[in-house]
Amino acid sequence: MSKLDSKVPEGPLKDKWTNYKDHINLVNPANKRLIDVIVVGTGLAGGSAAASLAELGYNVKAFCFQDSPRRAHSIAAQGGINAAKNYQGDGDSTYRLFYDTVKGGDYRSREANVYRLAEVSANIIDQCVAQGVPFAREYGGLLDNRSFGGVLVSRTFYAKGQTGQQLLLGAYSALSRQIARGKVTMYNRHEMLELVIVDGKARGIIARNLVTGEIERHSAHAVVLCTGGYGNVFFLSTNAMGSNVTAAWKAHKQGAFFANPCYTQIHPTCIPVSGDYQSKLTLMSESLRNDGRIWVPKKIEDVKAIREGKLKPKDIKEEDRDYYLERRYPSFGNLVPRDVASRAAKERCDAGFGVNKTGEAVFLDFSSAIERYGKTEANIQGIENPSKEKIIELGKKVVEAKYGNLFQMYEKITDDNPYETPMKIYPAVHYTMGGLWVDYNLMTTIPGCYACGEANFSDHGANRLGASALMQGLADGYFVLPYTIGDYLSKDIRTGKIPTNSPEFDAAEAKVKEQLSKLIDNNGTKSVDYFHKRLGKIMWDKCGMARNEKGLNEALVEIAQLREEFWKDVKVPGKMNEFNPELEKAGRVADFLELGELFAKDALHRNESCGGHFREEYQTEEGEAKRDDVNFAYAAAWEYKGKPGDAVLHKEELKFENIELKQRSYK
Amino acid sequence: MAQSVLLKSSLAKKYWMALTGLFLCLFLVGHLAGNLQLFIGGIEGQLQFNEYAKFMTTNPLVKILSYVTYISIIFHAIDGLLLTIKNKSARPVKYHNEKASANSAWASRNMGILGTILLVFIITHMMNFWYEMHWGEIGVDANGNKDLHTIVIAFFKDASMGLVFTLAYVLSMLAVAFHLSHGFQSAFQSLGLRHEKYTPIIQKIGFAFALLVPLAFAAIPLYIHFVY
Amino acid sequence: MNLTLKIWRQKNSKDKGKMETYPVKDISPDMSFLEMMDVLNNQLIESGQDPVAFDHDCREGICGMCSMFINGEAHGPGRGITTCQLHMRSFKDGDTIYIEPWRAAAFPVIKDLVVDRSSFDRVIQAGGYVSVNTSGNTQDANAIPVPKEDADKAFDAATCIGCGACVATCKNSSAMLFVSAKISQLALLPQGKVEAKQRALNMVKQMDEEGFGNCSNTGACEVECPKGISLENIARMNREYLKASTS
Repeated sequence: MSKLDSKVPEGPLKDKWTNYKDHINLVNPANKRLIDVIVVGTGLAGGSAAASLAELGYNVKAFCFQDSPRRAHSIAAQGGINAAKNYQGDGDSTYRLFYDTVKGGDYRSREANVYRLAEVSANIIDQCVAQGVPFAREYGGLLDNRSFGGVLVSRTFYAKGQTGQQLLLGAYSALSRQIARGKVTMYNRHEMLELVIVDGKARGIIARNLVTGEIERHSAHAVVLCTGGYGNVFFLSTNAMGSNVTAAWKAHKQGAFFANPCYTQIHPTCIPVSGDYQSKLTLMSESLRNDGRIWVPKKIEDVKAIREGKLKPKDIKEEDRDYYLERRYPSFGNLVPRDVASRAAKERCDAGFGVNKTGEAVFLDFSSAIERYGKTEANIQGIENPSKEKIIELGKKVVEAKYGNLFQMYEKITDDNPYETPMKIYPAVHYTMGGLWVDYNLMTTIPGCYACGEANFSDHGANRLGASALMQGLADGYFVLPYTIGDYLSKDIRTGKIPTNSPEFDAAEAKVKEQLSKLIDNNGTKSVDYFHKRLGKIMWDKCGMARNEKGLNEALVEIAQLREEFWKDVKVPGKMNEFNPELEKAGRVADFLELGELFAKDALHRNESCGGHFREEYQTEEGEAKRDDVNFAYAAAWEYKGKPGDAVLHKEELKFENIELKQRSYK
Repeated sequence: MAQSVLLKSSLAKKYWMALTGLFLCLFLVGHLAGNLQLFIGGIEGQLQFNEYAKFMTTNPLVKILSYVTYISIIFHAIDGLLLTIKNKSARPVKYHNEKASANSAWASRNMGILGTILLVFIITHMMNFWYEMHWGEIGVDANGNKDLHTIVIAFFKDASMGLVFTLAYVLSMLAVAFHLSHGFQSAFQSLGLRHEKYTPIIQKIGFAFALLVPLAFAAIPLYIHFVY
Repeated sequence: MNLTLKIWRQKNSKDKGKMETYPVKDISPDMSFLEMMDVLNNQLIESGQDPVAFDHDCREGICGMCSMFINGEAHGPGRGITTCQLHMRSFKDGDTIYIEPWRAAAFPVIKDLVVDRSSFDRVIQAGGYVSVNTSGNTQDANAIPVPKEDADKAFDAATCIGCGACVATCKNSSAMLFVSAKISQLALLPQGKVEAKQRALNMVKQMDEEGFGNCSNTGACEVECPKGISLENIARMNREYLKASTS
């Protein structure tokens, strides 16, 4: 029995989307005025979806918890956005982008969705340029590209290290234009706390006005969740402090299946944790691995001396250094995909070779790059027999031109100068591939409830390639949802306004108020962060970069216990009907405490290693991930049954008709 | 729309401030050129200065210019006042701890105060000499011109108040210096006249202008009081 | 290290508010400023007091949410950083630190250190966009070459994070740096030039209506701006507006 109908259109892969668009039902412009759509979240997916739907003529209500839609965490994406434009003439094509994405995702994504993503990717760049997004350009005035991990072409468009910001501000400007036209009503500082279902269809939300604390009812003919990922279940991640799973989780509890929660991307190059007070982790762009060499000392006594400050990294002789990525993966070296690089760092640190006080850091060293660039530069400048100092001086300038802003950011945080001493880095939670299960239309298993961007599970399989998150968010919002939602809404043109005084709204509001007052009146002793940190530790230790059956079983028990303790002993100051950030946090952590358990359950059931999910029991002799395509080539969609631990598994078999399944190798 | 925009909008107020300010800078140069004649000693200096004063009060072209100057001063002051009121109302609650010196020059933050000092100075200065020239009881020199020269000399050499007047004038010139040190280059910025190559030059000229013009002006009372 | 914090406390927008003093102990120099605030808040929660409300989100200097006026400067001492990027090593043991919200009529206080910056959104809504609808058929991205210099300048202006430090630091609470950054970005690109005149007029009009002050060219905004947005943008806005209002 499968309740999962992916609704992938018939026909050859490359014609599916076109055929689909040619045959869906449309809503005529006059009728669009009669239809309301709620969009929750205003990142790349939400901002672009809200703007595009409003342009089409729907009445949109958009919600974000930040003080402005411009602040969604998409803004922090650094590297770039992929698109199969083939401007560089290096053989890129829609198929290649599709192929790279499916392979990069370790063959755990849906072919038709990924192909569509690759197909519309080029439109994104056109659209963004038309909006005034200032992408990097070459001297001839045309757009520049760069290359990212795991691919053989240059298809990444970028705006220095702030591509996410520029794209988000583009979507924000389109959204602002619609707000000015009155087609979008914007609700800043509002948080969705419940999904309202009427006659089996998503018909509205309950939201809390975070400034006044007022509980509000909002109705619509469809609800679109663009609420991002749930990396903060780990407490420490590169996500923003406010990033949360609440909207998606409430939808899940109302009947939307949650797919592949265990697929988490751990980014290899982040600034390591420096103390217990740490509130978040900062990413250092993947681009650094182009020139930085990753190493730890070979000898354990050198490690000790470094930790105690008796030796400096410079003092370790070349032959006493272990460039472990170059050693293990000679052909890709330091540029292996993210999951592989992260696991390798963990392996060394677990073996006791971590180079900082906590034992969880490896070196990312630019000294050979500085020397190499310095020599080249000396040649270019025609300096004969340059001194070592001159070479290093010249080399530093080249490195500064390439990575200056990143080096500066690193120095601001750590107070170490990376030109003089190697950076210390460690993997950190960065992105979640799992999310609400959606069909080809991006609709969840609740009719009328859609999920776009990181909030859904669709396009990245078990591992996302660099520069693909921005692509997916904007593809969903600008080019996919506006079509697919029309097909659904075409049946709603005679429905009329959805009233908010129905029993369903009453019940949903009562439920929200009940949870809020329970939190406020709890009279516990421990702050929300106390529980969040403990949850994060369980998740990181037992559901992190490497998982095993024993640890996951323990995690299941521990998370359930912690959740119980939370509800007994959490202390939330202040009142319900006021600006109360602690209350906001409490609700979010309550949901993370449930999601965490489903996460562990999913990781436990998937007896294979794939992409970001690495089960220690399932590895090759060399310690590489071992996939099981016979038993696990499916998306695991979980149905809520009253408790996260009781969730029921539904499998969507993944059929690969256009790509041959292969073991990934980067040796 | 465009017309009302050119009067009422915040940017328009800046344009007028800049234009009148720059015109007043030009006026300063002219005024200084004339006044420097006070350094010429003896009867010759007296006659020449009085001749110049007559020219300045009777020549029709100069008259037009002087009206433009009066209007500029009044406009500059009223516009400045309006801006100050608007700017004060933009921050109804002040900071307890503000370290403005960390990010901006003193003069740039105190143009209103400096301007007020200057306005008081201009009014007094006009009462001292301009009023006397037009309506006061004033003698004539050998050429039959109104003898403004003697009035000026007497003013700064006055036995009881001469030193006070001199110091007041010198201090006012200090205010002019600070006002110009910000105002000159600021006017170009307000009008959008900014250029990678030329702005640094404008800033240097502005600095020199703010230093030299008030210095030369201040030298006059000092010279009269102590040397003449 | 041990510090004395003097923090603006204000229950809600109607409350008068006042400075309160809080001691904090055992602060590590490696902490970020906001982590130090987390420590204070945990302390307050556990002792049954109301924690200090402050805006923050990404904690890596890009979302523009954090907004504290620390020891007399927007985002505190240090240049080119937001509050979340400020680290405690910038302070000494025994220091007294003043922490206040952004002050401007156009940024009313919501609670404690949290202010309402929706006036910025309304300024953008007045014209900070290119009027182009989403479609799969816009012109190819490379159809109009854009000189690299213009593209780079547009990018520099576009890096504004809308935090409001310019307004907070300006003695006139002027928003000119913010508004001019958007006007400049779009005026520099061929896609934005089409609507440049109307955009300049509309955005300035909205800016004035929101109650921001005027520009005195003190340059404080440029110094305190965490993204180093240049005064050149204000000059360009002045030009654009002059052009628009005289033609």
